[in-house]
Amino acid sequence: MSSSLPLFPLSASTVSGEVDTLFFFILGVSAFFAILVSALMLYFTFKYRSKKAGDAGADIHGSLTLELIWTGIPFILAMVMFVWGAQLFFTMAKPPADAMDIFVVGKQWMWKVQHPEGVREINEMHVPINRPVRLTLGSEDVIHDFFIPAFRVKMDVVPGRLTTMWFTATTVGEYHIFCGQYCGTRHSGMIGTVVAMMPDDYEAWLAGGRTTGSAVQNGERLFTDLSCITCHKADSSGRGPTLGGVFGSTVQLNDGRRILADENYLRESIMTPQAKVVQGFQPIMPTFQGLVSEENLMQLIAYVKTLKPAETAPVPVKK
Amino acid sequence: MNDATVHQEPSYLGAPYGLAAWLLTKDHKRIAILYLISITIFFAIGAGFAATIRAELVTPQGDLVTADLYNKLFTLHGVVMIFFFLIPSIPAVLGNFFIPIMIGAKDLAFPRINLLSWYIYVIGAVITLSVVISGGLDTGWTFYAPFSSISSNTDVTTAAVGVFITGFSSILTGFNFIVTVHRMRAPGMTWFRLPLFVWANYATSLIFILGTPVVAITVLLVAAERGLHLGIFDPRIGGDPVLFQHLFWFYSHPAVYIMILPGMGVISELVANVSRKQIFGYSFVAFSSIAIAIIGFLVWGHHMFVSSQSIYAGLVFSIITMLVAVPSAVKTFNWTATMYRGSITWDSPLFWVLGFMGLFLVGGLTGLFLGTMGLDVHLHDTYFVVAHFHYIMVGGGVTAFLGGLHFYWPKMTGRMYSEPLAKVSAMLVFFGFNLTFFPQFILGYMGMPRRYHAYPPEFQVLNVMSTGGAMVLGTGYFLILIYLLYSLFKGPKAPANPWGATGLEWQLQSPPITHNFHEIPVVTEEAYDYLHAPAPQLAIPASPREVTHE
Ligand code: HEC
Ligand SMILES: [Cu+2]
Ligand SMILES: [Cu+2]
Repeated sequence: MSSSLPLFPLSASTVSGEVDTLFFFILGVSAFFAILVSALMLYFTFKYRSKKAGDAGADIHGSLTLELIWTGIPFILAMVMFVWGAQLFFTMAKPPADAMDIFVVGKQWMWKVQHPEGVREINEMHVPINRPVRLTLGSEDVIHDFFIPAFRVKMDVVPGRLTTMWFTATTVGEYHIFCGQYCGTRHSGMIGTVVAMMPDDYEAWLAGGRTTGSAVQNGERLFTDLSCITCHKADSSGRGPTLGGVFGSTVQLNDGRRILADENYLRESIMTPQAKVVQGFQPIMPTFQGLVSEENLMQLIAYVKTLKPAETAPVPVKK
Repeated sequence: MNDATVHQEPSYLGAPYGLAAWLLTKDHKRIAILYLISITIFFAIGAGFAATIRAELVTPQGDLVTADLYNKLFTLHGVVMIFFFLIPSIPAVLGNFFIPIMIGAKDLAFPRINLLSWYIYVIGAVITLSVVISGGLDTGWTFYAPFSSISSNTDVTTAAVGVFITGFSSILTGFNFIVTVHRMRAPGMTWFRLPLFVWANYATSLIFILGTPVVAITVLLVAAERGLHLGIFDPRIGGDPVLFQHLFWFYSHPAVYIMILPGMGVISELVANVSRKQIFGYSFVAFSSIAIAIIGFLVWGHHMFVSSQSIYAGLVFSIITMLVAVPSAVKTFNWTATMYRGSITWDSPLFWVLGFMGLFLVGGLTGLFLGTMGLDVHLHDTYFVVAHFHYIMVGGGVTAFLGGLHFYWPKMTGRMYSEPLAKVSAMLVFFGFNLTFFPQFILGYMGMPRRYHAYPPEFQVLNVMSTGGAMVLGTGYFLILIYLLYSLFKGPKAPANPWGATGLEWQLQSPPITHNFHEIPVVTEEAYDYLHAPAPQLAIPASPREVTHE
């Protein structure tokens, strides 16, 4: 049995302090009302204890003023909590533009982590402190959930789509990674460690890691190996649209919809191309479902994101 | 009323005797007893699972049971407790027994359908529990896809069919209650003279009817995806896993209110009685039940803030979730105000009221933490959630059920139990409950995820406390079972109105006759008219000479 009795989690990210502040605010409000109501009830229990069996209480039916007060005050407090919590959530949902990327794939029952430079690890994730880190999360089987209590962040890892989360670690140390979403037999074994390091140490660690090329390089190789390149040429001569500059653009689909080409759109275009067909093209792209793993998919996407619009290529944004 | 010992008529418990007469009964009171026996059995089964879970969690290593068995244990604990104990508990037992009596009717609107609901419930439960021998069930009670539809190796299909069937029992009960309350009220029993228990069950019935079909279909879709490979939730065959969560929580959040609204109804009856006073703000308490039932249908997405649903959807769900907290707060304040200048009787019902209030307050207030998006990111799927919903559903729901059961026991069985033992067990339950579940809030904030078979060592001390608490809690529940059973055989005979309560049910003899009323009563007073209520009379006076008549 561990000798100490910790009662509060470590706090090691830029948002963890803010989450704790909100927590203590709600705790304060809650404690106030819990104590108020309990104290009143106990006080009434003693003060108004029945003197003689059968005595009736006072003939009071209610009070509109009181009802309004105790509807209004909880309402206002609840709205304060809502706004505060929503603001914090927005901060946590929108990664800063300069965040560095790390790719995480969950599968029963392990976490596979891939750094853009190509270094991979399993159930461990090395990150530099004081630098925003954006995780792109994918699942190979069922829903998992990437949870780092010390950073107060968590995100579901959902098969069939990519999700993102971000944090900035503030303190060097090792912290738990838990799988938050029940995922079968060894769910409680799907745990790992975040190693938050000084930026220099992180660079040294990266340089010392063995790699088989960066994510973009791997993606480029896959782009050739899987013969994407035969249809998607740098100019508009292929049977498929040129992919230069597609990421972040607005794509016109043949059913009239206009879609922002984010990572999930790229993912869907590769795994289920028939779901959204680009205007002016035939639905001839084969599905790569089952042919590319989630990790390879992330590499492909990393590569496609780097493609710049060619000089002569038609701009995919159609007004 | 005359001396009850002398003029007692044959009660509903008497003739016709025999198992067949009970199993084919159309009497809502007997059906309530059938439910009471069934849910007690399921509670015992569910509690057995819980005990094993708590024993496993004494040490950080997963050493008592295998990981697979552990997963099956918490799954069946949840399934049994929710679908076969909590959901039917108050409505099907106390509601079945007392709604007709409280409104001055001789039975529910559809007595045969009422019996049918019980059979459907039992059949659904037996099918579901048959998975214990056919490979277990390890999906969690939440059946999340695509784990349940493609990954689990257990007998999900059978369980899904069982839950689907059980759903019809709820739907029929809800339908029966709604029609009964609309059509069968005695002359003079206007809507605003209804006991609040009836209002609460009416609101619950709305949820039964509107919500249950959705969850029934959802689990069936899981079975269809497993068996027929229809692409519904599994993205590899064109499905959407997040769709499952929307469908599931559309019912299962309101289901939380199925488990607490009837309890709030019971507490309203008890608070008025222990205070011997009209409920403070009757119409606010009544309408808050309806508000909870309706708004409760619009908050399901608060289970999905980190599921990758759109953050704008999350915003809407969060604000409505905060709104639905308000009617619960209103009820709490009204109950407190009811006690002000009351004439508080210190009999056992008071202990259940105070226990409920303490636990429900904590449960309700911790819901605010979870409805707040930025905080829920950290708390979601941790022990904080486990603690929160046990405080609501067990601390609130089960304590209210037990309070109601104790309050109405004399009426239902015609026997009194030991008052001192009842007070002791109410306190044991309160203390044991807090010791079990309060540490889980701390564990949750520290980050311990739910459904973990093994855990890091720093969580051990709190887990040991929790298991210790569970032993106290279990003792409390067991004690209740013992002295209630004992009272059936050896308990003193109950007078008609032991608590000196208002309401039609207390004007009948204990236990009532089969048809409740010889003649349909005419109601002339509002509910909770304690100015004219008789004095409590916990025992039938020893000799007829001492009988004071009213
Ligand atoms: C047989 C030819 C063919 C092959 C091979 C092919 N694609 Fe495509 N791809 C198309 C066509 C045609 C479209 C446009 C119609 C559509 O959206 O399905 C397209 C669309 C896309 C889009 C959406 C482009 C936009 O402008 O919105 C992406 C991204 C994409 N492909 C990536 C890939 C990748 C990565 C591979 C290799 C793994 C690949 N494609 C292989 C033909 C192909
Ligand atoms: Cu998991
Ligand atoms: Cu909910």
